[in-house]
Amino acid sequence: MFKLTKMLKSFFLIELFQGLKLTGRYLFSNKVTIEYPEEKIPKSHRFRGLHALRRYPDGVERCIACKLCEAVCPALAITIESQVTPDGYRKTTVYDIDLFKCVYCGLCQEVCPVEAIVLTPISEFHFDTRSDHIINKKKLLQIGDSYETKIAYDRRVDTC
Amino acid sequence: MVQGFLDQVLVIVFIVLKILCIAIPIMLLVAYTTLAERKVIGWVQVRKGPNRVGFYGLLQPIADGLKLVLKEFIVPTKANKFLFIVAPLLALAPSLAAWSAIPFSEELVLANLDVGLLYVLAMTSLGVYGIIIAGWASNSKYAFLGAIRSAAQTISYEIAMGFSLVGVVMAAGSLNLSDIVLAQKGGFFHWYWLPLFPLCAVYAISAVAETNRAPFDVAEGESEIVAGFHVEYSGMGFALFFLAEYANMMLVSALCTLMFFGGWLSPFEFIPFLNDYLLWIPGLFWFLFKTFTFLFILLWLRATFPRYRYDQIMRLGWKIFIPVTFAWIFVVAFLVRFKVSPWF
Repeated sequence: MFKLTKMLKSFFLIELFQGLKLTGRYLFSNKVTIEYPEEKIPKSHRFRGLHALRRYPDGVERCIACKLCEAVCPALAITIESQVTPDGYRKTTVYDIDLFKCVYCGLCQEVCPVEAIVLTPISEFHFDTRSDHIINKKKLLQIGDSYETKIAYDRRVDTC
Repeated sequence: MVQGFLDQVLVIVFIVLKILCIAIPIMLLVAYTTLAERKVIGWVQVRKGPNRVGFYGLLQPIADGLKLVLKEFIVPTKANKFLFIVAPLLALAPSLAAWSAIPFSEELVLANLDVGLLYVLAMTSLGVYGIIIAGWASNSKYAFLGAIRSAAQTISYEIAMGFSLVGVVMAAGSLNLSDIVLAQKGGFFHWYWLPLFPLCAVYAISAVAETNRAPFDVAEGESEIVAGFHVEYSGMGFALFFLAEYANMMLVSALCTLMFFGGWLSPFEFIPFLNDYLLWIPGLFWFLFKTFTFLFILLWLRATFPRYRYDQIMRLGWKIFIPVTFAWIFVVAFLVRFKVSPWF
C-alpha cells in the first residue's frame, strides 16, 4: 500500500509541484539584494579592514617597536626595524605591511600593548601599481591621522 | 527576358524579407529570454537579477552579445577545424528554420505546409547533430561525454514526444499546424490539453528534455562535465549555441501552444458575450501570450529542480513516458472513433 501511494505520488509529480509552489512563492517575495555602491550594510565596530598606525593626542607615535605584532602575524606580513632616538625613545624606522600576505585576522591589533597598530573599517581600497601592496610607515601614519576620530570612536564604543 | 529575371529577383527579395521578419524578432526575443531567465532565477533565489546595464538591466543582453562578438574564437589544436566551426551553425539553423512552418495567427504563417508537424519535428531532430558534432570535433573528453549524453537523451525522448504528437494528429486528423489549431476551436475547454492531458504532460516534459534544459541538462552538466558539448567554444561559437538553446526553448513553447493550447485562439470563446468583447485582440497576442507563459514555466523549472541523474532520465523516458503515451493513444483512438463531444 505504501509502495502504491509512493508510486502514485511520483507519477502525478506531487512533490515536484510542491517544489514549484515554493519557488513560485519566493518569486514574489521581497528581495534581499543590496545594490552595493549605492546601498551599504552597516559595519561592525570591530570590522577588520585596512591597517593604520595611531598617535597620541600630542602627536607622538604610539608604536614602541616591541615587535609583538611582527612575531604574532600568522602570515608574516609585517616587517619592523627599530632604532633608539636621540631623546631616548625606541621608535620604528621601518614598518611595512604586505597587504597581499595579510589575512586581516586582527591579531596584531589584539597583541599591541599601546594600541598603535589598528585595523580600520576601510574596506574599499585598491592598488594602481603592483608595488603598492606594501604600505610603509608613512602611509600607515597618514591613514591613522585621517581616520583617528573614527578609530577612537570605534574603540570607545566597543569597550563599553 | 529581363522582365522575367527581375520578377524572379523580386520574388527572392520578398522571400528574404519575409524570413527576416521572422528571424530578427526571434533573435531579439532569444536575447531577451536570456535576460528573463537570469531575472526569474534571481527572483526565485530572492535576488534582484541583473539591473546594472540600462534601465532595469534591459540592455544586458546587448552588452553580453557585444562582449561575445568581440571575444576571440579559439579553435583547439587537435580539434577538427571544419566540423568545429560548422557545429554551432548546425545547432542554430534548424531551430530557426523550424519557425517557418509555425502559424503565428490565422493568416500570419510563412509556409503553410500540409506536413508542417513533420517538418518541425524533422528540424528539431536535426538540432542534435550540431551538439554531437560539436562534442566530437572538440576532441575533448568532457565535450564528448556531453555529446553522448545529449544524443542518448534526445533519441529516447524523441520517441515519447513523437507518440504524444501522434495523439494530436489523430485527434485533429491533419499534419497541418493551422488545421490542428483550428480543430481546437471553441475556447479553453475545447483545446486538446483536456482530452489529451497525459500526452500534453508527456510532451511538455519531453520538450524540456529535448532542448537539454534543466532538469534534463546532463548534456551541459556544469557540475560534472564542466559545460558538456560546448566546453571548448568561446566567443561567437558559444553565443550561437546559446542562441540555439533559447531558440529551441521558444520553439517547443510555441509547439506546445499550437498542439495542446489552441495556438492563436482566444481562451474565452465559450463565453459568448466575453468573446464578442475581446474580439479586437489579435490572434498573435494570444499566441505570444501562451508561448511566453510556457517559456516562463521552462525558466521556473530551471530555477526549481536539481539535475536528473542519467539513469533516471533513461528510466523516465523509456519505462514511463512511452507506455503512458501508448496507452493514451488507444484512449484517443476510442474518443475519436466514437466522436466524444465536445472535442471530436
